[in-house]
Amino acid sequence: MRLKIWGCRGSVPTPGPETVQYGGNTSCVEVSLAGGAVLVLDAGTGIISLGFDLLERGVSRVHLLLTHLHLDHLEGLRFFAPMWSDRVTLDIWGPPSPLVSLPERIARSFSPPLFPIDLRDVPASVTFRDVPREPWTLEGASLAAELVVHPGPTVGFRIEESGASFAYIPDHEPALAGAIEGRARDWISGAAIAGDVDLLIHDAQYFEDEYAERIGWGHSSVSDTVAFTHAVGARRVVLFHHEPRHGDGSLARLEVRARSLAARNGVEPTLAREGMVLELP
Amino acid sequence: MSERRHKHLVLILAREFASNLATPTLIADDRGQLVFYNEAAEEVIGRPFAEAGEMPLDEWTASFEPRRVDTDEPIPAEQRPARIAFDQRRASHAGFRVTDRNGVVRDVAVTAFPLFAHADEFVGIMAIFWPEGA
Repeated sequence: MRLKIWGCRGSVPTPGPETVQYGGNTSCVEVSLAGGAVLVLDAGTGIISLGFDLLERGVSRVHLLLTHLHLDHLEGLRFFAPMWSDRVTLDIWGPPSPLVSLPERIARSFSPPLFPIDLRDVPASVTFRDVPREPWTLEGASLAAELVVHPGPTVGFRIEESGASFAYIPDHEPALAGAIEGRARDWISGAAIAGDVDLLIHDAQYFEDEYAERIGWGHSSVSDTVAFTHAVGARRVVLFHHEPRHGDGSLARLEVRARSLAARNGVEPTLAREGMVLELP
Repeated sequence: MSERRHKHLVLILAREFASNLATPTLIADDRGQLVFYNEAAEEVIGRPFAEAGEMPLDEWTASFEPRRVDTDEPIPAEQRPARIAFDQRRASHAGFRVTDRNGVVRDVAVTAFPLFAHADEFVGIMAIFWPEGA
């Protein structure tokens, strides 16, 4: 399993000279499976560059897995080049809603006054699927999705292939459901997805003092992310969903802070950056 | 992929909600297992949850010998609010008399209701109770 990060910024794209090192595109991670199949996690603006790359590589089948439908995880979809090719089959997976179907919710961003072309008129063959409640198999990999603490229906994903495991929880505030340290693992939001994984990609949007002013917004402080990593037994963590106000200098300090907090746990956190490639055995 | 063993997010959030309530509250999961009651409930029940631990809801309820206030007759399990919420997936309310594990007799009222997650997934029940005539 090979991962490539195409966007790791949270909330809103932040292009500019202050964000060249870690990038300004919003959430998107490509997962290449051993058999060559491509899974895409989230459709932030990072998916735009990925889309051109996929077409150049001749990829004609894509599974897009959406954690939720906040704009920073969906806004790139309208400009995802494979959607505009009639040779492409695109399966879009997302969290179920009790009221409005997945295609109806996505179609809102493909309608006036936000966009000139209707979702049903895109050339690609697009299928929408609610993520199953139970683990399922996709292109030879085992997948699981579980609801996690974040405003609105939001899931995290766990992907396993050839003995390697990876969890993706880009938007997550587990501390809102109680202190993480000292709590039994089965009472921690997201632990069902992230338990004992080889690699965890997790929200770490804020320094602790920033988080104190944004409790309930759905994101984590760096210390809560380190605590979560330790509590679920993840062997490696990549910090994700960077705060838009954090330039490269601030983010470098966030990584130092994370490593300081994690020093006694034996896991060295790494900050996500655009273009980062992660290989799993 | 290992079998799911973790608590559903709705139960995790319900527990945090109950932990911050001064109203006695208990939570059972989709198997009918009592998984939590809060500190306020400990006072009524006479026993901390950490000591009681998880157990089948019926077993736990029976330990209080619930009975009718007017006749003192035992209330069958299927007529207790928590069991009705679990079996019939609807809200239920009733008053009854219990004897806590310290031998103290109390009149309580209980409101129980099912918890449904997105896509109408039944994940458990929550019951709120308080002393009557206090």
